[in-house]
Amino acid sequence: MNKVTILEDWCKGCGLCVRACPKAVLAISTTHLNKKGYYPAEVANPEACIACAACARTCPDTAIEIEK
Amino acid sequence: MAKKLMKGCEAIAEAAIQAGCRYFFGYPITPQNDIPEYMSLRLPQVGGCFLQAESELAAINMVYGAGGAGARVMTSSSSPGISLKQEGISTCAAAEIPCVVVNMMRGGPGLGNIQASQGDYFQAVKGGGHGDYHLIVYAPSSIQEACDMMQKAFDVADQYRTPVMILADGLIGQMMEPVELKTNPDLVLPEKPWAATGYTPGGKKPRSVLNSLYIETEDLDQLLERLFARYAVIEANEQMWETYNTEGAEYILCAYGTVARVCKAAIRILGEQGVKAGLVRPISLWPFPSKAVHDAIVQDSVKEALTVEVSSGQMVEDVRLAVNGERPVQFMGKAGSYIPTAEEIAERILQMRRG
Amino acid sequence: MTVVFKKTPVLRDVPLHYCPGCGHGIVHRMVSEVIEELGIQDKCAGVAPVGCAVFAYNYFEVDMYEAAHGRAPAVATGFKRVHPDHYIFTYQGDGDLASIGTAEIVHAAHRGEKITTIFINNAIYGMTGGQMAPTTLVGQKTTTSPLGRDKDHCGEPIRMAEMLATINGSAFIARCALNSTPNLIKTKAAIKKAFETQIAGKGFSMVEILSPCPTNWGKSPAEAMDWIADAMIPYYPLGTFKEV
Repeated sequence: MNKVTILEDWCKGCGLCVRACPKAVLAISTTHLNKKGYYPAEVANPEACIACAACARTCPDTAIEIEK
Repeated sequence: MAKKLMKGCEAIAEAAIQAGCRYFFGYPITPQNDIPEYMSLRLPQVGGCFLQAESELAAINMVYGAGGAGARVMTSSSSPGISLKQEGISTCAAAEIPCVVVNMMRGGPGLGNIQASQGDYFQAVKGGGHGDYHLIVYAPSSIQEACDMMQKAFDVADQYRTPVMILADGLIGQMMEPVELKTNPDLVLPEKPWAATGYTPGGKKPRSVLNSLYIETEDLDQLLERLFARYAVIEANEQMWETYNTEGAEYILCAYGTVARVCKAAIRILGEQGVKAGLVRPISLWPFPSKAVHDAIVQDSVKEALTVEVSSGQMVEDVRLAVNGERPVQFMGKAGSYIPTAEEIAERILQMRRG
Repeated sequence: MTVVFKKTPVLRDVPLHYCPGCGHGIVHRMVSEVIEELGIQDKCAGVAPVGCAVFAYNYFEVDMYEAAHGRAPAVATGFKRVHPDHYIFTYQGDGDLASIGTAEIVHAAHRGEKITTIFINNAIYGMTGGQMAPTTLVGQKTTTSPLGRDKDHCGEPIRMAEMLATINGSAFIARCALNSTPNLIKTKAAIKKAFETQIAGKGFSMVEILSPCPTNWGKSPAEAMDWIADAMIPYYPLGTFKEV
């Protein structure tokens, strides 16, 4: 199964990954804040991930790692 | 080596090459054009690189790049061009970039004229650019001295990681005088581990960052403490001056550059009339030779001092600071490019003597 | 599991100071990846501008200079002339390159300086708080064009890619955008092409990159990316304008 890892404390909650993902795998957390005080991105539907890395490409903080 | 009749600008350029300078970035402006012209011919012959930049301020930033890459590098210009370089010079001072900047002073302010002048003293020694920094500033009064200074300038620039300015009035550049150019075939250039020469992760050389931005106050304070500790060492070790006929003199003249030579002629005229006058000539304008100037002027025999400049009076302030009120320090000179004659200087001393 | 995407060591492990959704971080990663992929990290240096990317010297794991505003191409020229067998890039914003540094970039191109310029066009001055830039669009509101840029008052925006493409010394000039996955892929390819142009010694190379500035555009990161397509690309067409 493909694996998306959000490096939570590097994330600034900008949401560009959510916008870029073709499979609605990601979402911005509404429940907890990261160390910087942002609502970080989180993996909402891990099984839908096709490892296209669109999210990682658009992430301004290189906070996403993808494995296949 | 035999003496050779050379034009000041060209001699200075050749002296720089003999000092290991291999990079020159400059821009045309009278009265220093022969420096870039000469470099454009000679540097390629010694495996160096001459580049005419789009402006003086581009040129000083190229110097920043080349100096930061570890090379011996220089630029030259004249008064208005030096004004354009001020931000770059301040940046080189803060980023600790060794380089040599030659200013062939001309009449100012504004476009002024192209005759020799000494109107850039304050700009050179009081920090023409922004912020609290110093340049080591040397003022030659002959072409031979200017050439010897080029060697020293590059050595001192590397030693203290600082820009060094040669502040010459336009005469030095345009005159021809016999010069003995010391060649230095086995010149060994100092190691520069801090320079940008390529970084290998985990390698011996750390990553080089040539920078003058310290956004955190403590970091800027740290840099400035380092710079000013260095300036203190420079002030202690690098003061240069000349005294001429000062022992037991009645009057002491104080002047730098070509004007100092006119003063020597005035001293001879005065001597013929039984008046003993001497000269103290600052060679390093920063660090200013305060003690030497003080000791030359504050002698029992000395009644007054006279500072002579081709300006409205700039170095005279530093002379007065050095003398600290222990003797009156008169001033002779006016803004622009008028160089007083020996007779005029002698007459002024006689006037002072008549009271 | 095989790694599909992971941070390159050429991008230092330092949190970026940029605003959420800012394009700088994306381009920093691309440039770092290209340097790694071309295997030139130990022979490469970079010049950071004055602007939001003023701290870029903290982010690239190569020798770095911090240049005075607009002067990066001159600094890079000095480095390249001393180390002709090394590689150097300038990383500049639109205020740095298209305003105060216009002479430097134009003459670096004219000299065919073998350097690579990464030019971030976000149509505004970011670091100083959103003033009008030479690339600000007509009608675009900024803190110094509060009623929207008026072309009769201060002209229309500069198209740097087209301008520099007319210069013989330019060997590769392209404009890209960060607003979509295909464009992100093309942007990185263009950056790689620019560095390859330098490595081949063909002359001056530059990639102009339309980049979002959510904070100063007063938009969310997603809206900013959309605005690039809606407003910027029509005025700043994408593509390769010079390729030798």
